[in-house]
Amino acid sequence: MPRLAFLCLLIGSSAFAQDAKKEIQKYQQMIAEGSPVELFELEGEALWKKPQGPKNASLENCDLGMGPGVLKGAYARLPRHFQDAGRVMDLEARLLHCMETLQGRSRKEATQRLFGNDDRASEMEYLSAYIAGESRGVKMAPGSAHPKEKEAFALGQKLFFHRAGPWDFSCASCHGEEGKRIRMQDLPVLSKPEAARPVVATWPAYRVSNSQFKTMQWRINDCYRQMRMPEPVFASEATIALNMFLTATGKDEPYRGPGTKR
Amino acid sequence: MAGPMKMRATLAGGNTAGAHTEIRVLMTHPMTTAQGGQPLHFIQNITVKLNGRTVVEAEVSQAVSRNPVFSFRLKGGAKGDKVEVSWLDNKGDTSRIESAIA
Repeated sequence: MPRLAFLCLLIGSSAFAQDAKKEIQKYQQMIAEGSPVELFELEGEALWKKPQGPKNASLENCDLGMGPGVLKGAYARLPRHFQDAGRVMDLEARLLHCMETLQGRSRKEATQRLFGNDDRASEMEYLSAYIAGESRGVKMAPGSAHPKEKEAFALGQKLFFHRAGPWDFSCASCHGEEGKRIRMQDLPVLSKPEAARPVVATWPAYRVSNSQFKTMQWRINDCYRQMRMPEPVFASEATIALNMFLTATGKDEPYRGPGTKR
Repeated sequence: MAGPMKMRATLAGGNTAGAHTEIRVLMTHPMTTAQGGQPLHFIQNITVKLNGRTVVEAEVSQAVSRNPVFSFRLKGGAKGDKVEVSWLDNKGDTSRIESAIA
């Protein structure tokens, strides 16, 4: 008899988990329908064309890898190696590079306000929304042929599983087991392509619960904060490598972002 | 200064008697309630005009989210008709957007 009761409990709880999953999917669909992502894209477009910095230049000649000013599909090919910079860059690292080289801005000034708030997104966030939106429908295909791209992938993979900090956490501590979630948010096993694909295809994204647009550099930064590790440097070798590992693992799905998250 | 708006107006149902116009409009607005010491700042009125004629007048409450999206469904309408949506908030700020039905 006790064994039977235990069995019933087991069946009951798995049915509950299924229901919860369905309800969360329904909720996600509902918030996506009213997403204000396009407003961020519009602001980003205006910023892309706005002359700024000591050189009073816009970013319109910024080469995101497909030639100066080519936006269509450019985001879907990032991160990638850039000959002129001699290193692998993701979108935000490349934008920073263009702000320094084209607009003549100092790194200090350009990185003053990287992450915005609900009243005003940051320049990086607006620009990311616009540029990522220009890759809708394009298959994600980050650089994978150059030795430095391979190096970045390997480093990112290592970092993903590297345990450190006061809690001895790694990315895989949360993103390494199937079927886990924090409240409404699934915790996909990001080292598996089938789990990484929908993530890569929808970041950067608008977060409904705090009305903010979030970029991948922010996502990685905040994961490190949650792991109680020292804050990683924006667009550093480490964060770009992690982004490369995640994007390359989740490649081949058409981009359908910027997404909308809980 | 008011942030951008974005609107899509499309004709559904073709040139049949059941044709209707679907309007979807996004607005940039903080929509803050007086909670937590923030200044009360929200959209109060929304007006939809079809070829200059007012077809919807809406009163909006503080309960609407930040950067809201609104959808309207109008009877009739034809391709090329001008749709104008404007809002007015409690501080007297206003913004409008216009586009043709596609």
